[in-house]
Amino acid sequence: MREDPKLIPIVKATALTKQVSTGSDHLVILHDINLSVIEGESLAVIGSSGSGKSTLLGLLAGLDSPSSGSVHLAGEDIFSLDEDGRAALRGRLLGFVFQSFQLLPALTALENVMLPLELAGVRDAQPAAMDLLNRVGLGMRLGHYPKQLSGGEQQRVAIARAFVTQPHLVMADEPTGNLDSVTGAQIIDLMFELNQERGTTLILVTHDESISSRCKRRIRLEAGRSVVGHD
Amino acid sequence: MNILKLSFRMLKRDWRAGELRVLIFALVVAVGGMTTVGFFSDRVQLALSRQGNQLLGADLIILSDRTLPIHYQDEAKRLGLSVSSSLKFPSMASRGDISLLSEIKAVTPGYPLRGELRITEDFGGASEPVDRVAGSIPERGTVWVDDKLMARLSLKRGDEIEIGDSRLKVAARITQEPDHSIGFINLGPRILIHADDLPATGLIQQGSRIVYRLLVAGDAGVVETFREWSQSHLMMGERVEGIRDARPEIKAALDRAEKFLSLAALASVVLAAAAIALAVRRFSHRHLDGCAVMRCLGASQSTLLRLYLYHFTLLGLIASLIGCGLGLVAQEALVYWLSVLVDEELPWPSMVPAVHGLLTGMILLLGFALPPLLNLRSVPALRVLRRDIGLASGHGLTGYSIGLAALTVLFVWKAGDIRLGLSVMGGFVVAILLFGLIGFLLVRALSGMSGQGGGAWRYGLASIRRRATGSVVQSVALGLGLMALLALTLIRDDLLQNWKTSLPPDAPNRFLVNIQKDQLQPLEAFFKENAISQPLVFPMVRGRLTAINGKNIVSGDFTDTRAKRLIEREFNLSWASEMSPDNLIVKGHWWGRGDTGKAVLSVEEGIAKTVGIKVGDALTYDVAGSPFTAHVTSIRRVDWDSFRVNFFVVTPPGVLDNYPSSYITSFHLPPKQSDLMNHLIRAFPNFLVIDVASIIDQVQKVMDQVSRAVEFVFLFTLLAGFAVLYAAIASTQDERIHEAAIFRTLGAQRSQLVRSWAAEFAIIGGLAGVFAAAGASALGYAIGEYALNLSYSFNPWIWVTGLTTGVVGVTVAGLMGTRSVLSQTPLTILRKIA
Repeated sequence: MREDPKLIPIVKATALTKQVSTGSDHLVILHDINLSVIEGESLAVIGSSGSGKSTLLGLLAGLDSPSSGSVHLAGEDIFSLDEDGRAALRGRLLGFVFQSFQLLPALTALENVMLPLELAGVRDAQPAAMDLLNRVGLGMRLGHYPKQLSGGEQQRVAIARAFVTQPHLVMADEPTGNLDSVTGAQIIDLMFELNQERGTTLILVTHDESISSRCKRRIRLEAGRSVVGHD
Repeated sequence: MNILKLSFRMLKRDWRAGELRVLIFALVVAVGGMTTVGFFSDRVQLALSRQGNQLLGADLIILSDRTLPIHYQDEAKRLGLSVSSSLKFPSMASRGDISLLSEIKAVTPGYPLRGELRITEDFGGASEPVDRVAGSIPERGTVWVDDKLMARLSLKRGDEIEIGDSRLKVAARITQEPDHSIGFINLGPRILIHADDLPATGLIQQGSRIVYRLLVAGDAGVVETFREWSQSHLMMGERVEGIRDARPEIKAALDRAEKFLSLAALASVVLAAAAIALAVRRFSHRHLDGCAVMRCLGASQSTLLRLYLYHFTLLGLIASLIGCGLGLVAQEALVYWLSVLVDEELPWPSMVPAVHGLLTGMILLLGFALPPLLNLRSVPALRVLRRDIGLASGHGLTGYSIGLAALTVLFVWKAGDIRLGLSVMGGFVVAILLFGLIGFLLVRALSGMSGQGGGAWRYGLASIRRRATGSVVQSVALGLGLMALLALTLIRDDLLQNWKTSLPPDAPNRFLVNIQKDQLQPLEAFFKENAISQPLVFPMVRGRLTAINGKNIVSGDFTDTRAKRLIEREFNLSWASEMSPDNLIVKGHWWGRGDTGKAVLSVEEGIAKTVGIKVGDALTYDVAGSPFTAHVTSIRRVDWDSFRVNFFVVTPPGVLDNYPSSYITSFHLPPKQSDLMNHLIRAFPNFLVIDVASIIDQVQKVMDQVSRAVEFVFLFTLLAGFAVLYAAIASTQDERIHEAAIFRTLGAQRSQLVRSWAAEFAIIGGLAGVFAAAGASALGYAIGEYALNLSYSFNPWIWVTGLTTGVVGVTVAGLMGTRSVLSQTPLTILRKIA
């Protein structure tokens, strides 16, 4: 039996280390990272390029495996699971927003948003997906394919897709990285609004200080080490 | 359920976006080619089996080239079976000045026991005459003729025709007849007469080629009992035929034709496989991101596998169904095109070839698409964050081994011959490996030259080096495609040409058989009178081989069917003092003048090998009921293509002179003098004239039509070749788009890009051309040597054509294919990539 998720951290990383071998040497990408995020919190991971931000996000989501250390998502040790187990856990708990949107070009905006529900075996995915697309302001563009949408619109679709499963946790990797500043600001507003409305936990990777300042907590990475923690 | 819906949606979208164009095209062409051949041969086979019951005119037949002993008839009657008999032989039928070699069938009352004999008294020649079941056989003194004889002798009801010494009245026209010949080579006109009229014709003489038949019909079980009884009583030269053994020669010929056409269609299947492999390779690269996203969104490996399995199964089914439809239409066109060849109304085909087509399509698609798709499910989810992470490598050849195994199964199945199937596939695998290896070595060698030459060449070579694997895959696939095309065009022409030139223009075109001894003088006079140079006349004695070295032999001693036939049948022995100029002694020696009257033999090489006869063996023949034994002193090789009179077994003069003999001769009759034959037949009614000119003509016509059918199937190969070309060029298109954007952003002119790509395509095309020429030469040699027994002469044009077609074809197609890349602005492309 698991403990009530409300009482335990939704994400808990312990002594998380990632190193890769480059011939004879070992290159440390992340070194001994410890963090825990409580449900409903927002956390910004900041740092310059190559500081290990995206690697940390990949490990927290179970997209990659660490050299040592552990990650618990909603109390579950994700690295004790196999690939498919981790995928199922992601489908249940997580939503993602990526820098490069990562929409499936073969599917319409509506179908892209329906996708995670369908993968989870939800029978009637359409109403929920339409609701969310209406919420992000794309109610008129349900049948459009990604390449018929602007960058900002594509990211709105991606945000709708991230929230449609009512995830406990949304992870965003440089969500404004491919957008101009005005559109970027709108996207960030939208994400925080949805985060507030739905009480979702948010982990946001960015190099933009102004965006990170909107989160409740921040950690800064430098050369794979956590140097500052703002509580 | 959702996964099924999702995969259907993705399929629809991929279809609309043109992602699957090559795949669908290749599949449709492969399945279309296979089903065309399948439907076509199915129709011919169906026509055969539909008439199968009627082919014999009975449930069982006993055949012999001698009068059948009465005990067969007695036993059949004792068992309560219906019995009738017939006697068939070729002879001349004439009316006025015109004579025609016809097939005479003399029948007794009761014929036919099975099937319908239908006749009409309407001689108007209407295509749908009012006919009726005959219910009897021709009355004495009358004949029933078929429409060919009617047309060619301009017969009306009541006209008289001459058959041998008799004049018989034409009473009816046959509209349908059991054992009517069907299929590719129709025999001469047919005449049905009452058996009692036969003696008066004087045509039944020594040496006449007559087939005696006893027809039996009745309850299936009783017929089977009779079959068993008669099989244990068969004498030499006699055999039993039921429906299952009927028309083996037509069945064998059709089987061979079907195999040949199937193999030609399989060439397009191999090409389609190459196109599919290339296209799926591109497809899986393009779907890496989508799979990573789905993994990230919680899709399990099995979900992804199911998603693509449904996707491709649906795709395969749809494309294969389209292919089947294409095959159905194309076979109708083929039947129409070959209407001269098949003068029968063919029945509508069964759906079996469609099922085979669907199976072929699915095997092909899943065999070549599944391995890369299986890999897709293991795409790392981390790719959503780091796009440089792709698939683990090492799925190349092992992955395609499933496809190759699938293709081998297809080959063995379609060729109906494990050895043939395996060796063809083995050839392809060796070719792929060899081409691949040479390709890698050449690409490496070419890379060393990249510092030389002009700018365009330098970039072209650099591109090839950068895309080494892609370039080698491209040139191997294109090489295979071009190889199949070269082999089918040039080599086929070469082999046909070799076959045709083996026959000189002044080769004898008429054979005279059944010349009696007392007719030799008058015949000589006839030739002199008509200014035709005297041909050599050969004596002929009919005998059957009964013992070798004193040991009696029966057909059951041999497994080889040709050997069995040779033992069962009578064949012709002759004598000569000089050997024919087209013969060559391969063992032993020819006799001298002093050997006249000595009981020695010279045996033809082929028959000696089949039956197992060596120099020194004593052979015993049954000649007209008495044994004749002689020793083999030589084995001869005979050039049968010369169309001269030749014999399997020859003795010196003075050995067989006292046995009953007839004579045979052959001569060249100029086409202008063909009227002369009618005079000859009138003067010598018992002669059997074999018009070899028309046989050669007919053989050539059949060859011609078979090669037209192959040409038709070749269209599919050509289309499949285009699919390979398209897929090969598309396989590097994405990289090229990216490259173009960067080059043009850096200031490269369109013409500079075009030149460097032209150089790259030319090199790949050149490699493909070299592979194709080498492969096609090897294939031509193998086909000529092992399949057709024709020597294949090396054709240097293959190299010229292969290289030129490769370089020009690939460069032009490549540049055309990349045109769209150049027409987009760099910014559009860079945005797309981002």
